[in-house]
Amino acid sequence: MTIPFLHPLTGFVGKTFVITEFELRKLRHDFTELVTRALQPALWLLIFGQVFARSGMMHTGNIPYLDFIAPGILAQSVLFVAIFYGINVIWERDLGIVQKFLVSPTPRAALVLGKGFSAGIRTLSQAIVVYGLSLLLGVKLNWSPLALLNVFVVVVLAATLFSTFSLVIACIVKTRERFMGVGQVLTMPLFFASNAIYPTTIMPGWLKVISHLNPLTYVVDALRTSMLTGSASSFGMGLDYAVILLTTIVLVFIGARLYPQLGV
Amino acid sequence: MSPDVEIETLTRRFGTFTAVDSITLAANAGEVFGLLGSNGAGKTTTIKMLTTLLPPSSGDARVGGFSITRQPVDVRRAIGYVPQAVSVDGSLTGYENLLIFAKLYDIPHGEQETRIREQLKFVDLTADAGRMVGQYSGGMVRRLEIAQATLHRPRVLFLDEPTVGLDPIARDAVWKHLIDLRTNYGTTLFLTTHYLEDAESHCDRIAIMHMGKLAALGSLKELEASLGGGSHTLDEVFVHYAGTTLDSGGSIRDVSAERTTEQRLG
Repeated sequence: MTIPFLHPLTGFVGKTFVITEFELRKLRHDFTELVTRALQPALWLLIFGQVFARSGMMHTGNIPYLDFIAPGILAQSVLFVAIFYGINVIWERDLGIVQKFLVSPTPRAALVLGKGFSAGIRTLSQAIVVYGLSLLLGVKLNWSPLALLNVFVVVVLAATLFSTFSLVIACIVKTRERFMGVGQVLTMPLFFASNAIYPTTIMPGWLKVISHLNPLTYVVDALRTSMLTGSASSFGMGLDYAVILLTTIVLVFIGARLYPQLGV
Repeated sequence: MSPDVEIETLTRRFGTFTAVDSITLAANAGEVFGLLGSNGAGKTTTIKMLTTLLPPSSGDARVGGFSITRQPVDVRRAIGYVPQAVSVDGSLTGYENLLIFAKLYDIPHGEQETRIREQLKFVDLTADAGRMVGQYSGGMVRRLEIAQATLHRPRVLFLDEPTVGLDPIARDAVWKHLIDLRTNYGTTLFLTTHYLEDAESHCDRIAIMHMGKLAALGSLKELEASLGGGSHTLDEVFVHYAGTTLDSGGSIRDVSAERTTEQRLG
């Protein structure tokens, strides 16, 4: 039995990417879910977006409504994919797999983070779909490399955040039935209490407060600033990144503490 | 040489229920050690504590020389585990299932391929390595799990009900590979079972658990002799020490878990 010396940090990072690698290999064997997931953003952009844009009811400042909503729909997509991906830890048909991971010398945080990142990679396919549809609808997208990199990073981080959040809830409720109920209760409020499909300026006071406490709001703001030309950030990219990173770190920490309970 | 598994007054409570009640025993290096008991006797809980999945309520154990409470990561490096529930991923190939653990157990990059090929050959799965595990039969799944759990050549291999849900031919194949492990690598096998035939045919020493307590401990010969007067079957030994037959006991959760595994492997 050989154990090469590994610096703890490189070991941790390496193990995290091993977990991600194998989630992606699974995707390579069967990527039909990527296709079916593309339906939701298509419906929101092509139907909801166009209808409300035509209605003239939504006042989104100097940006057309469709442009405004595109980053919001990407964020929504990331949210939904990540939340329902996170629960596959209890939906893993064979809990023996979880036990095998927990019995290996892999740090628990690497297991949790690895799954989070692979949720991130999966949602990148959603980003491609949203960009494609936006292009079709004449949205003024920012194609500069820095902007695209920002979108890439924010999408991966946001997916990690929400899938870890979902994993934490899964560890608490422990059964699929309970989770399905909880899952619905979580995703819709997070989506509607954010600036995804309307600006916070038109919200009633109480909703505005909630939206400012909602990580999705900062995700949307970061995406809106990066995806579109001529869109200024409401909070500043610095604050957006800070909120997303901090929330993700806290959730990974909690997830790493709770994940072992699934092996019992 | 000190025992590979040393358990000292190990106890685990869940609320007011005591699943494992202060058991003390040791398994020697290279031994095939069987923990025998009906469902609900506390065997799986014991294995979960020894594999660091569950912390004990009190007591301790040393596995491969490391304490399960104070040195869990070192214990994890020294052991392999085949849980009762299926633990290989059906959405990956046989090869990929081994590759992920080769990486997680820090097998050097240059050695990974060789080691995986060795393991596949050892369990007769070379031809099926490229197929998706979702298509494997129950016996193939168990053999892959054994290959996966011993990839890093652990000192101790823990197995929780290794032959449940398998037909007799598959069962024999699994035991052949397990005994080969002990012969070729000196691996200590510590397993739980509620199949008397398995315990009788293959275990060097047996511990009988009943309602969380250790009811008896010794080799098959010793246990049979302890009943006195003439020869006895393991069945009779079990009834004598546990006060009940082997198929009694267990909750609906235990039965459900076993049936799920049988369905998945069958």
